[in-house]
Amino acid sequence: MRTIYGITLDTPLMLGTAQYPSPAIMAEAFRASRASVATVSLRREGGQGQAFWDIIRGLGVHVLPNTAGCYSAREAITTAQMAREVFETNWIKLEVIGHADTLQPDPFGLLEATATLAADGFEVFPYTTEDQVLAARLLDAGARVLMPWGAPIGSGLGLNNRYGLKTLRAAFPDVPMVIDAGLGLPSHAADALEMGFDAVLLNTAVVQAGDPVAMARAFALAAQAGALAHGADPMAPRDMAAPSTPVLGKAWL
Amino acid sequence: MRIEVNGEAHEVTSTTVAAALTELGLADARVATALNGTFVPKAARDDTRLAPGDRLEVLAPMQGG
Repeated sequence: MRTIYGITLDTPLMLGTAQYPSPAIMAEAFRASRASVATVSLRREGGQGQAFWDIIRGLGVHVLPNTAGCYSAREAITTAQMAREVFETNWIKLEVIGHADTLQPDPFGLLEATATLAADGFEVFPYTTEDQVLAARLLDAGARVLMPWGAPIGSGLGLNNRYGLKTLRAAFPDVPMVIDAGLGLPSHAADALEMGFDAVLLNTAVVQAGDPVAMARAFALAAQAGALAHGADPMAPRDMAAPSTPVLGKAWL
Repeated sequence: MRIEVNGEAHEVTSTTVAAALTELGLADARVATALNGTFVPKAARDDTRLAPGDRLEVLAPMQGG
């Protein structure tokens, strides 16, 4: 696996911490998923912060704070600064949202915030689209990893634009990339890893499953299978059949 | 003076961010602060003065995706 800001992740799975039925089920889902990264956020103090932080630290995974819900570069930058102090990490999953229905990134605000934060020593994980030009600009601005969406956040639609994602992957072969958002099934995760993406980040697909812990395990196996398959250099598909059993030596009957 | 803390009006006697946190019972909480939309690092809370009508945000770790 490619190194992300100097860290080689143990597994190609990043898991969100939101919307679990209970903290105990969240912890169990993390164990089942073998996730190497947990995403977290900052919200107005309500007395639960320390307890939640203690649980997260107990998971023994890397912590990736997000700027979820920010609609401007300014808001995202301030949130990132606050997150760095609270979570004691330079990592930031940078979300600058452009539209409430699709939760798609605002490319202009994202680029502005990436440049400002990278210059300020942050290790930025920009939540972006599959747009190749934007990707180049984000890398120029100081991002060393990209997080293209699979589909809109929480939609469970999988890889909406396989062509675009494949092109993006091929355009920047040395850049670590994580498919973030939109996955619904383990097969989507396997697909992403088979295509050469380095990891997947998911949350809703696990917590909205009838059995979140079992689904977390299913995603772990799928991501692992996908990564293994990519490393094994898959065959090229072809239109016509090709017999796998030798033709030579077949009886004349 | 009257300031806004996390979107709610509060009457405080404190004149700095650090003192306001103590007054709110959050002196030892794991929180980050912003005043009028600008980040106030922990080390700057003692020297950051409050004015009437200021908006103070006090954020804590929370679940996220």
